[in-house]
Amino acid sequence: MGAIEVLEKGQLSERPQLKAGDTVRVHVRVREGDKERIQVFEGTIIGMHRGGARASFTVRKVSFGQGVERIFPLHSPSIQKIDVVRSAKVRRAKLYFLRERRGKAARMKETTRHEL
Amino acid sequence: MITGIIGKKIGMTQLFDPDGTVWPGTVIQAGPCVVVQAKSKATDGYDAVQLGLVEARPARATKPLAGHYKKAGVPPTRVRREVKVAEGGDALKTGDQVLASIFASGDRVDVIGMSRGKGFQGVMKRHNFGGGAATHGSMFHRAPGSIGASSYPSRVVKGMRAAGRMGGGRVTVRNLKVVRVDPENHLIVVHGAVPGAAGGYVVVRRAVAAKVSKAPQVEKPKGKK
Repeated sequence: MGAIEVLEKGQLSERPQLKAGDTVRVHVRVREGDKERIQVFEGTIIGMHRGGARASFTVRKVSFGQGVERIFPLHSPSIQKIDVVRSAKVRRAKLYFLRERRGKAARMKETTRHEL
Repeated sequence: MITGIIGKKIGMTQLFDPDGTVWPGTVIQAGPCVVVQAKSKATDGYDAVQLGLVEARPARATKPLAGHYKKAGVPPTRVRREVKVAEGGDALKTGDQVLASIFASGDRVDVIGMSRGKGFQGVMKRHNFGGGAATHGSMFHRAPGSIGASSYPSRVVKGMRAAGRMGGGRVTVRNLKVVRVDPENHLIVVHGAVPGAAGGYVVVRRAVAAKVSKAPQVEKPKGKK
């Protein structure tokens, strides 16, 4: 094991198997002054960036008609947990085409991968 | 007290703080090092030690070099570097070990390495010249421009910046923060990039001009009158 992997091993946190097309609820720790609370960001994963402890994923949601994307480091301690709400059948790794789709056109066929 | 250690640049990664802050850093395999020669004020005029980086594969040494190592009673090493010894602490003898644990996370360090060679480069890349306009009929793109006046002084002044070999020299990056030290695996992670390619040898030393880390201003609670 290389030196970088040795260091990164301690950084990894327990995360579910994620994939582009999954709809997830990301529970993020938010600090306001000296108080801490949990904020939930729910949306579709439109891309995963793999790479050990450096892995990240992009979640897209449409909030009040405005598309919002957030990139989370997968193993960040500020993410309390990630729930996979549903998964969709997708044929590519990056779903950037969803940015141009609105409403009905942005629907995806659901799979039951996570219930299996 | 020893102020530095020899290391090998491994590569870059990122580490998380408990609050989720991401620290991009360079992993350096620092040490174990051995003291090959101890220099003192009495014999050499200054206090320093010559360190050798102990690696898995033993080094081949020429006869004069083998004698130098034999005197110290340590096997030959591929890399030797001299680092200063600050006042205070135990004096180091030849054969003593120097480990990554001389640094702690939060320390400020300088990292000295050999930068990557860039080959023959023009003035825009080598000296950050502005160059000219790319379009609108400009015929002046990446050339250096005027390099001096004509009849007086009738020559180009010395030190005129020009195109030429770039990189491949000694570079010091100062005031890098130590993000983590792993003494077990002889690893140091410093914040940000360090000179040279992965696999290159670097010297990590205590910052000579350490910046005072600013403490955030906190409003003092007002006492009752």
